[in-house]
Amino acid sequence: MGFELPKEKFGGRIKEVAIGATKDQGGTRSARLVAGGSNGLPFLKFESEMPHMPLVAMDVVDTVRMVPDRLQESMGAVVNDPVEWAKKCEAEWGADLCVLKLQSANPEEEDRPAEELEGLVDKMLKGFALPMAVYGCGFEEKDAKVMEKVSNIAKGERLFLGLAEEKAFKSIAAASMANGHGVVAFSNLDINLAKQMNILLLDFGMKPENIMMDPLMAPLGMGLEYSYSNIERLRLGALSGDPVLQMPMICDCSCAWTVPEALEDNPERGNAEMRGVYWEAMTAFSAAVAGADVVIMRHPKSIVMFREAVNALAGGA
Amino acid sequence: MPTAMEIYKLLPKKNCGECKFPTCLAFAMQLANQKVALEACPYVSPEAKVALEESGAPPIKLVTFGAGEHAVKMGDETQLFRHDKTFYNPTVLGLIADDSEGLDGMNAKVDEAHAMSFERVGQMLRVDSVAVRHSSGSSEDFVAAVKAAADKGLPVTIMCEDAALASKAVDACADKKPMLYRATASNFDAMAALAKDKSLPLVVSADSLDELAQAADKAKKAGVSDIVLEPGIQTSADMLVNMTAIRRAAVSKFRPLGFPTIAVLDGTAADHMKAALGVMKYSSAVLMDSMPREMVYPLLAMRQNIFTDPQVPIQVKAGMYKVGEPTDKSPVMFTTNFSLTYFTVRADIEKSKVPAWLLVVDTEGQSVMTAFAAGKLTPESVAKAVEDFKVKETSSRNEIILPGMVSRMSGKLGELTGMKITVGPRESSGLPKLMKTLSG
Repeated sequence: MGFELPKEKFGGRIKEVAIGATKDQGGTRSARLVAGGSNGLPFLKFESEMPHMPLVAMDVVDTVRMVPDRLQESMGAVVNDPVEWAKKCEAEWGADLCVLKLQSANPEEEDRPAEELEGLVDKMLKGFALPMAVYGCGFEEKDAKVMEKVSNIAKGERLFLGLAEEKAFKSIAAASMANGHGVVAFSNLDINLAKQMNILLLDFGMKPENIMMDPLMAPLGMGLEYSYSNIERLRLGALSGDPVLQMPMICDCSCAWTVPEALEDNPERGNAEMRGVYWEAMTAFSAAVAGADVVIMRHPKSIVMFREAVNALAGGA
Repeated sequence: MPTAMEIYKLLPKKNCGECKFPTCLAFAMQLANQKVALEACPYVSPEAKVALEESGAPPIKLVTFGAGEHAVKMGDETQLFRHDKTFYNPTVLGLIADDSEGLDGMNAKVDEAHAMSFERVGQMLRVDSVAVRHSSGSSEDFVAAVKAAADKGLPVTIMCEDAALASKAVDACADKKPMLYRATASNFDAMAALAKDKSLPLVVSADSLDELAQAADKAKKAGVSDIVLEPGIQTSADMLVNMTAIRRAAVSKFRPLGFPTIAVLDGTAADHMKAALGVMKYSSAVLMDSMPREMVYPLLAMRQNIFTDPQVPIQVKAGMYKVGEPTDKSPVMFTTNFSLTYFTVRADIEKSKVPAWLLVVDTEGQSVMTAFAAGKLTPESVAKAVEDFKVKETSSRNEIILPGMVSRMSGKLGELTGMKITVGPRESSGLPKLMKTLSG
């Protein structure tokens, strides 16, 4: 019968985006990472190229207010100190990069001043060497101040600043352009909104190789199916040749730790810590299978599980 | 479905009119639209009949196994991507009991599988089947375990490559429609004969897809109609490539691979992630050696997510829900029965650590804004829910918090219910802040 594998060829390719800068490149990071670059559906190497594995970013939150008790128990005292937390991500937990989330900037909570956060970023950059992304607290006015300072203090490090949103992107885009950083473009679970956000940034003067998309990752059990299909559609749109959709995707899977079912003590549903670990690992795995280029994760054990799974999927790399 | 012209070529072209249509072409057009049955033509040749039935069949055959309320469906899929329409039949999960574990061990495994069912957003999710495998144990124990498993209710897969022993196991549960695993190059004829005689689904196994297509074709010619394909899945990469290739071939109507698929895994953490891959990427059934509950629950949630019809949102049942341990002094708020909305609101209330009552109003699964715009979340429908679910009897505060997005309905709702209306935040993420200001 001579059955041949039915191959699918696409005209488009995901852009390669560089994260972080080493000494030679004007920064102090230990590596320059590359996300994206594939010209086919994820992990189907018999018909397409996949030059880079999905990257694992570990998130580091600057206030324990946003870290569920369960995770504090699993990760230990480092969650109280972002620098120590990041060091551990680098030395023990196998992160490719860290995403520092400046939640303490929140004007309705800690409201830490921009100068302090600038100091924190500076300490982070001196305390560990992985490439880094820095996210604000989501309040536009405050983030504008914070991001300007972060951008300046990290000049040359090629951070990714986030999150640029449709109604609040100019200050963050300007901060990133001023010092050669990149931007994470957020959109709310919709392929057209994702495209619109990219167009706004491009029109503002950003270069496509400085943009990654965050199409909103909904966790397992809380709308994962919407994100899964949205990511698949974005990937297919990019592969079919739409240049405005060819930015790599970064998916924040730490959202798994907001799902009550992942955290609750409920022996009928098995060991609670490991249930949370599977919850996050499966959320991230589905993102990667659908087409994510970078996943943001939290639990060291989930990361091990995720890495093994995607390495096996890529043919045992 | 074939086109009218393709059908026309196979018709007798007599234009006799006995089918009640003036010409064979007119009849072909009706056939293509599935308005008439081929039987209306008295002169169609048997060959044409077979060919037409073949081309009209779905791309992936529907195969069922098990009996009664627990019977499961596999296949009948039409899509590569769920967003193109939907995936229909959720991956059947099965726990394997091996006869090296002895009869008691096998029975315990079967009980374990039966115990794993969970209610989640109004649906029962469960491990749907059990498999009994003959490896190093005694034949008698194996047959006894198959019989005991079949009597318990969940569909059974008989995993035994010795056709004579498999036949004995089948005899122990013939009326329960077990699935036979598996036909390989070394036992093909005997297993195919057994499946044909007893009209049972048969798993056909081969390493390469070429051999698999040939084996499936051979089984079909031997009279087996319900075939399940087991491609090589040594690594996750093999599994993804082979399952994808089979699905692509099937939806483009390459008939020898137009059947459901199965993946048999071990119980390692790596295999747990392979099971998740199977759910996403085209495994109709996944059998596993071990299924710890902390893995099964998220896996079942993933299956529920992936097999949700993109056009029909998952809904929670309308009613009064407790968040924490609320008393009659605790605040009450309402939201819609779109599961995502419900979960988000619930999680945000939990963050506040203030116990509360959450009234879920039936909006046919629409979110707050959509339901409001569509007239499915109105002061009347909320007032009715307040009445139906005895809100005033449950909480003595006589106050209800409404989502900030629908603050416009506060006046009317106050009139209808006589309750104090407090406008909540536009996004539920603002709830913890509001809740902390409420005196409990």
